[in-house]
Amino acid sequence: MRETPGFVWTRRIVLTALAAFALAPVYVMLSSSLKPLAEVQDAFHWLPGRLTLRPYVDIWHTVPLAHYFVNSLIVAASSTVVSVLVAVFAAYGVSRFRFRGRRLFTVTVLSTQMFPGILFLLPLFLIFVDIGNATGVALYGSRGGLVLTYLTFSLPFSIWMLVGYFDSIPRELDEAALTDGCGPLGALLRVVVPAAVPGIVAVGVYAFMTAWGEVLFASVMTNDTTRTLAVGLQGYASQTDVYWNQVMAAALVVSVPVVAGFLLLQRYLVAGLTAGAVK
Amino acid sequence: MTVTASTTPPPAAELPATTSLRPRRRSRGAALPYLLLLPALLLELLVHLVPMVIGVVMSFKELTQFFVRDWGSAPWTGLGNYRVAVRFDAPVGQALLHSFLITCGFTALSVGLSWLLGTAAAILTQQGFRGRALLRGVFLVPYALPVYAAVITWSFMFQRDNGLVNHVLHDQLRLASGHPFWLIGGNSFAALVTVSVWRSWPFAFLCLTAGLQNIPRELYEAAAMDGAGIWQQVRRITLPSLRPVNQVLVLVLFLWTFNDFNTPYVLFGKSAPAAADVISIHIYQSSFITWNFGSGAAMSVLLLLFLLLVTVGYLVATARGRDADA
Repeated sequence: MRETPGFVWTRRIVLTALAAFALAPVYVMLSSSLKPLAEVQDAFHWLPGRLTLRPYVDIWHTVPLAHYFVNSLIVAASSTVVSVLVAVFAAYGVSRFRFRGRRLFTVTVLSTQMFPGILFLLPLFLIFVDIGNATGVALYGSRGGLVLTYLTFSLPFSIWMLVGYFDSIPRELDEAALTDGCGPLGALLRVVVPAAVPGIVAVGVYAFMTAWGEVLFASVMTNDTTRTLAVGLQGYASQTDVYWNQVMAAALVVSVPVVAGFLLLQRYLVAGLTAGAVK
Repeated sequence: MTVTASTTPPPAAELPATTSLRPRRRSRGAALPYLLLLPALLLELLVHLVPMVIGVVMSFKELTQFFVRDWGSAPWTGLGNYRVAVRFDAPVGQALLHSFLITCGFTALSVGLSWLLGTAAAILTQQGFRGRALLRGVFLVPYALPVYAAVITWSFMFQRDNGLVNHVLHDQLRLASGHPFWLIGGNSFAALVTVSVWRSWPFAFLCLTAGLQNIPRELYEAAAMDGAGIWQQVRRITLPSLRPVNQVLVLVLFLWTFNDFNTPYVLFGKSAPAAADVISIHIYQSSFITWNFGSGAAMSVLLLLFLLLVTVGYLVATARGRDADA
């Protein structure tokens, strides 16, 4: 395409505006987290008048942030591991076998994505309480219940993405492994999984981000000891007198792990999305 | 995501992978595929499908806080909850209708704007230029940030006295007279749309960028040979080629935005202002604040029916459009 000056200028202006829009909250987080309390209570200014790292120290004492952090980490990491495992098996089944109900399975699993979360929030809560009463396995208020819930949130999309990935791996590869005497599971673990590492990484990042960012179920299904960052941070920001510099510092701290992971693995994630969404 | 009931897989996807010489693996371990799917199926059943069925059952019960411990014993009320929900001249129905209309307006605006920004960004970054990779990373930041961290930051930016928005609009640009409230009153709708678009457009950008990579270069070269300028190429080649991606993208954005709970919940707290009382928050309130779960369940079922209807209608309409093109 030959680019006209009009096009080049449109591009500059529009892309700059979009970048500013995308980054505005990040800038506010960063600059406000370096301001003393008096400055964030006063009218907004783009640059801090006086730089301080105080908020980054205070956040760990004002609220049990480290505790929330550990809870979020345990919940997100466990649900990611289980979700990826389950998705790999399911996607292998859908990609490599033709069986009755295959279509029904994919449609059912994908359509759960469109349910309004609010519709099954309360029933799920009641089921967890019932299971707890019947078997003594505490799901309500525990991290386990949250792990169970979150991994199903990422499952449909993960399976979909992995099916796309597995389909692009030549069948000849796993059939060669089968003739070499591997069982179907051997073929999956020795041939398909190693060839699909980028896709699996993408699914893992997606599952982690889903669990790390969820608010609705976390706010109903957790108690004081299992509270995750999503709930803890919100409580932090809705006190009567909000320490905005601290809240911004905390928001930045909890964002860094996921944003860094996402941007580092962006290429895989985009490729995985492409395999699923653009077919 | 095509919902057709055919059991035969699409032939195009099949042909290169299996040839007729190689028999399908049905003979060896017919149970195996089911075993592979079993964990996923069980989990989806436990967390999504069974609760949904229970939710439907609950919508026919008069389930108030007295029965939460033993919800099965709540008295049946038939269609009572539904009747109350759709009686639009009474307070409950009126509030639901109001909330539904607000959600429709909010969704239309948010999806439209997100699509517009995503398309513009995807098309403008299609050609190589210096800093393009960096810019793509920047555009994905809103998508990568945890919702609550980002939305809490927005709520700080929308603060009346110490927020960025009023500082820019009033102190710097002199566009607003005085410092308006953004998180209560009429302006809250605009605030909600802004945050929602901010969160959604990177996803549109991501999908459309991927879609652009499938357009053969030759098309552009041929068009350039015929003397088509760059804007004409965008209009005649790029936009039509993106139609299949757009069909999926718009549906996904619609469902996400319509059901979005996290954004309004974090932005406004438990009770959203009337101007931004979207349906998910409205149902949450009627369930957990007033403790009337039967009524909340009935509203959720109505919401699900509406979404199903729209989705099926949309898929039928776009499938027909595709046939008409062919």
